[in-house]
Amino acid sequence: VPLVIVLALTALYAQFASHPMVSGALRGMGAVAAGLVLSTALKLASTLRRSSTGALWSTLLAGLTFVAIGVMRWPLAWVLLALGPLAVAVAWRKLTP
Amino acid sequence: VSPFAHGLGAADLVTLFANFLVLSMLSIGGAITTAPEMHRYLVVDHHWISDAQFSASIAIAQAAPGPNVLFVAVLGWNVAGPLGAFAAMSGIMIPSTALSLWATRWGHARRETRGVRAFTSGMAPLTIGLLLATGWILAGPAAGHVGPMLLVLGTAAVMLATRLSPMWVVAAGAAAGALGMA
Repeated sequence: VPLVIVLALTALYAQFASHPMVSGALRGMGAVAAGLVLSTALKLASTLRRSSTGALWSTLLAGLTFVAIGVMRWPLAWVLLALGPLAVAVAWRKLTP
Repeated sequence: VSPFAHGLGAADLVTLFANFLVLSMLSIGGAITTAPEMHRYLVVDHHWISDAQFSASIAIAQAAPGPNVLFVAVLGWNVAGPLGAFAAMSGIMIPSTALSLWATRWGHARRETRGVRAFTSGMAPLTIGLLLATGWILAGPAAGHVGPMLLVLGTAAVMLATRLSPMWVVAAGAAAGALGMA
């Protein structure tokens, strides 16, 4: 059911997209969506301090991922293949067997 | 006339499906963490939708009730109508549902082992980096415009400081935009 609602909204939007108020509203919602995702990221980031991977390593790994994906726009698969094993290896070393 | 009326053929739909199928298996922290990759694929590489349409698609899915993964269906719809929505949505859902059902069971049985703990705690920072990148890319159309940039920062501040439901913030953003402030 939610899928139907969302798609109905989308179709409705496509119908009226040329209307300046509708496209303005969508721009406003787009900006809010960006803020929502950023706030989720920042909330989760505050938990990194207590991470068993260690605050320094966690911040470094999160920062590297952000730059590689958000700024450099490198393909996700390569970034995960490069940083994933590194992250797990660091966490593995920090954890007591 | 729909602004999204692209002449996408069957071959394009199959590549769309295949691409999202692969992305599904890379979605370590939920579908939203693959949004930067979808943006690269749909907006930068293929020009099937614009930057603003991409942000708007995610905004529509955020505003409506239901799970956030629905933004994938909206993206697909905006690329190629109902068939696009179906191709994108089934691509993202099939492998990740099967994989996560299996992985959750496997991981849960071994949640105390060093390997599983190392994986979950090691991947957490990457998920946060991916979320930051998603927010950064969604804010792309706002860059350089004072009103939208204030909306991005204001939303983040309100969500961090209060427990307000995101639905109200999205509604406020829509109202501000409709009044020409975005």
